Amino acid sequence: MNDIKVHVKDLDLHYGVNPALKKVNIMIPEKMVTAFIGPSGCGKSTFLRTLNRMNDLIENVKIDGEVRIDDIDIYGKEIDVVNLRKKVGMIFQKSNPFAKSIYENIAFGPKINGITHKDTLDEIVEKSLRQAAIWDEVKGRLYNSALSLSGGQQQRICIARTLAVNPEIILMDEPASALDPISTAKIEELIHELKQDYTIIIVTHNMQQAARTSDYTAFFYLGELVEFNKTETIFSNPSKRQTEDYISGRFG
Amino acid sequence: MKSSLKKTSPKTFNYDISKKRFRFSDWFAEKFIKSIAFLSIAFVILIFVFVFREAFPVFRMDVKETVTAEPMVQERYGVDDKSAAAEPEKSKETSPAKKVSVPSSTLLSKDWMPVSDNPRYGLIPLFLGTFKVTIIALLFAAPIAILAAIYTAMFAKPRLREIIKPVIELLAGFPSVVIGFFALMVMATVLQEIFGYASRLNSFVGGIAMALAAIPIIYTLTEDSLTAIPKTYIEASLGLGASMRQTAFYVVLPAAVPGIFAAVLLGVGRIFGETMIALMATGNAALVNINPFDSVRTLSATIGAEMAEVVFGDTHYSVLFLIGSLLFIFTFFLNAVAEFYLKNVVIRRFQSKK
Amino acid sequence: MLKTSNIFQLQGRKGILNRSTIDILVEGLTILAVVVIIFIIVSILGIMISGGWSRLSLKFLSEYPKDGMTKGGIFPAIIGTALMTIIMAFAAVPFGVITAIYLAEYASERSIIAKTIRFAVKTLAVVPSIIFGLFGLGFFIGFVGKNMDVILNGGELKWGQPSLIWASLTMALLTLPVVIVSVEEAIRTIPRDMREASLALGATKWQTIRKVVLPGSVSGILTGTILAVSRGAGEVAPILFTGAVYFMSDLPHALNDQFMSLGYHIYIMSTQSANVDETLPIQFATTLVLLLLTFSLNAIAVVIRYRIRKRAN
Repeated sequence: MNDIKVHVKDLDLHYGVNPALKKVNIMIPEKMVTAFIGPSGCGKSTFLRTLNRMNDLIENVKIDGEVRIDDIDIYGKEIDVVNLRKKVGMIFQKSNPFAKSIYENIAFGPKINGITHKDTLDEIVEKSLRQAAIWDEVKGRLYNSALSLSGGQQQRICIARTLAVNPEIILMDEPASALDPISTAKIEELIHELKQDYTIIIVTHNMQQAARTSDYTAFFYLGELVEFNKTETIFSNPSKRQTEDYISGRFG
Repeated sequence: MKSSLKKTSPKTFNYDISKKRFRFSDWFAEKFIKSIAFLSIAFVILIFVFVFREAFPVFRMDVKETVTAEPMVQERYGVDDKSAAAEPEKSKETSPAKKVSVPSSTLLSKDWMPVSDNPRYGLIPLFLGTFKVTIIALLFAAPIAILAAIYTAMFAKPRLREIIKPVIELLAGFPSVVIGFFALMVMATVLQEIFGYASRLNSFVGGIAMALAAIPIIYTLTEDSLTAIPKTYIEASLGLGASMRQTAFYVVLPAAVPGIFAAVLLGVGRIFGETMIALMATGNAALVNINPFDSVRTLSATIGAEMAEVVFGDTHYSVLFLIGSLLFIFTFFLNAVAEFYLKNVVIRRFQSKK
Repeated sequence: MLKTSNIFQLQGRKGILNRSTIDILVEGLTILAVVVIIFIIVSILGIMISGGWSRLSLKFLSEYPKDGMTKGGIFPAIIGTALMTIIMAFAAVPFGVITAIYLAEYASERSIIAKTIRFAVKTLAVVPSIIFGLFGLGFFIGFVGKNMDVILNGGELKWGQPSLIWASLTMALLTLPVVIVSVEEAIRTIPRDMREASLALGATKWQTIRKVVLPGSVSGILTGTILAVSRGAGEVAPILFTGAVYFMSDLPHALNDQFMSLGYHIYIMSTQSANVDETLPIQFATTLVLLLLTFSLNAIAVVIRYRIRKRAN
């Protein structure tokens, strides 16, 4: 097992008075793909969003416990959330490119980081698009609106946009749930490529996808982390009854 | 490609998350935006303060005031009117008394004669005129606007609704001076021919004209509160075998009553404060009677007509500000009642049944 | 047994029938109400057009009034209205946009501050326009202007009197809620996704507002501006004693000059002109100009707003 990148200790999350996550403990390895699976409403997306403090945006959310990234508690008092989010990028369920050109979408992150030099920006844009395996498809129309692309292409633009900020961890919230099988395959292939450089955490409701793409899998149920292990183990020999039921399709 | 990627995999940025960074532009933007937003509150307070401040001397001038003005003929503002001509003579009757004028004690008198030897600032005719016009306007505006809103929200087909709503709301875009002009030039003549009353401009004409200004407000807010009724209500009623018509009258309408009441209140506020239509269509004579076909002088029209002519800081000036203060207080409370009380009623009704 | 049940049925049916007759009548009344309103709108438009169309010409729009306002055109009134609404927009739009940003992006819905600001904005929206006129007189002219004179000009009267700038600022206050409501509505149609995308890339809140929210609200800001201009161009009560004048032989040259305005022109001409009948065509034509102006501005705003709402769905 690689080094631990994210270490979560006794994480509780409440929406108002309703608990959404209960005493979650997990250690996520670096430069590997970790999948979160579970029935909808089990807290897997909520948990993902605690890792870059996206839940801060929602009023009335209360979080207790520790989330350590590189041994820094990201819920500590002195944490810079803006930089945290640069370090921990996020891909959303619905592709959400800005209503700007492809180029401007990718350059958004570097620009807010103060990069104004045109050549540097060009370089970053190309590199990010290449990394997201979409350069060849869009290199001729970088200044067209990103919204003119297909859903799968848009999602890869969003991935490229995140890569351009140079994160260390990429969170993916059901990134392929709205895509056709071919686009999904491309995204999965891309995930496989990216794990050489990035720690990837992916939420999915598609168990085959989890099995195909991830090294480790966590099963969530009713706000609790039921089981976390190597993906092969989870799928071939789960230790908990609930995991087995879910994987064999008995519920969810 | 893959191998080259690995080599160039850049770590250009080094994100330090362990220490909160101070970002000036963010800090400044937030403070700036917040303080600008606060100014809206400041404006309302300033309006309160400055309108009241100018009105305040009314209550302190009681003794100082002496009759200094040279005999002046009562000026007539707005449109000529027979009844208005009677006023100057009345003021002469009282002038020989040469008493020290006591503005705050004349506020409750029946004479509005601000420009005379012995100025009297009786607000009764103005209040009476305003109420007359308001009631007449409301009697026209409320039923028409509410019925039209019921049709739009409940009976019109969606495509027709898409047309009717913006067309009726266009009426809100008519400047009141245009409605006033229409009332003055067209409606006054037509209505006089039909009803055959004596004074061409009166509270009836003014009231109907103001109804035109109030209709879009009452209509829009009523329509909104009708469409805000949860679909489940309507479906439940339809599911029990009630017709759409029955559903509209016996389910939706009762549920929307607080919202409609709020709409009417805001309509009243609009009519109460309407100045240009009052100036142009009501005749502007400060009479004390309840005949709807007599000329009236409303509170707001009095300010509009006389403020430009008064001396800064004069009693007359202060009394006009006092009228403004009363108008302000009244509309403020109308708004507050419509806003807080009724909104809460609507919310509570639907939440408690969730 | 059978008989009674029949009677019951009959009675029931009769009852329903009566009720539904009333219902049909009331529904008919609702249609009538719509027809009445539309009839009023059409007749105002129709009468203004038929009364003013013949007088309307390029010359009418570009000439000064002549012979004690009985002849000539309305050029200075048009320019005066334009200048007043432009200055007004420069004051009201930035204020309105910033306040809308606060309400939509910074304020928590449940905070007392946000509620108070909202209430203040609604109060500004319902306060009678004549009160704004009083405020303009008491505050801008009597307080700000007078003190400016004392400080800047040694008491010489320059700012402490009715003028273009004070009328415009008074009108800006009146139209502020129009801008705020339009812009806030537009900001709220920007999907949460977009904000999250930006924030997840490590943009700060202000960067997100500047680069994602504001560019997406341009049409809303435009709608708000147009509606405010339309409202400002039509309102007369606030400028009655803050800067509008009956007649000027020249255009205003400075912010402390007085100005002519279309609405005020209509009011004076129709109520205080020496010869109302002779100038009737001019009055109708002026009213038609004002009506067409506000009408077309409103129509443009409605179209833009419709598009924004469509995008939101």
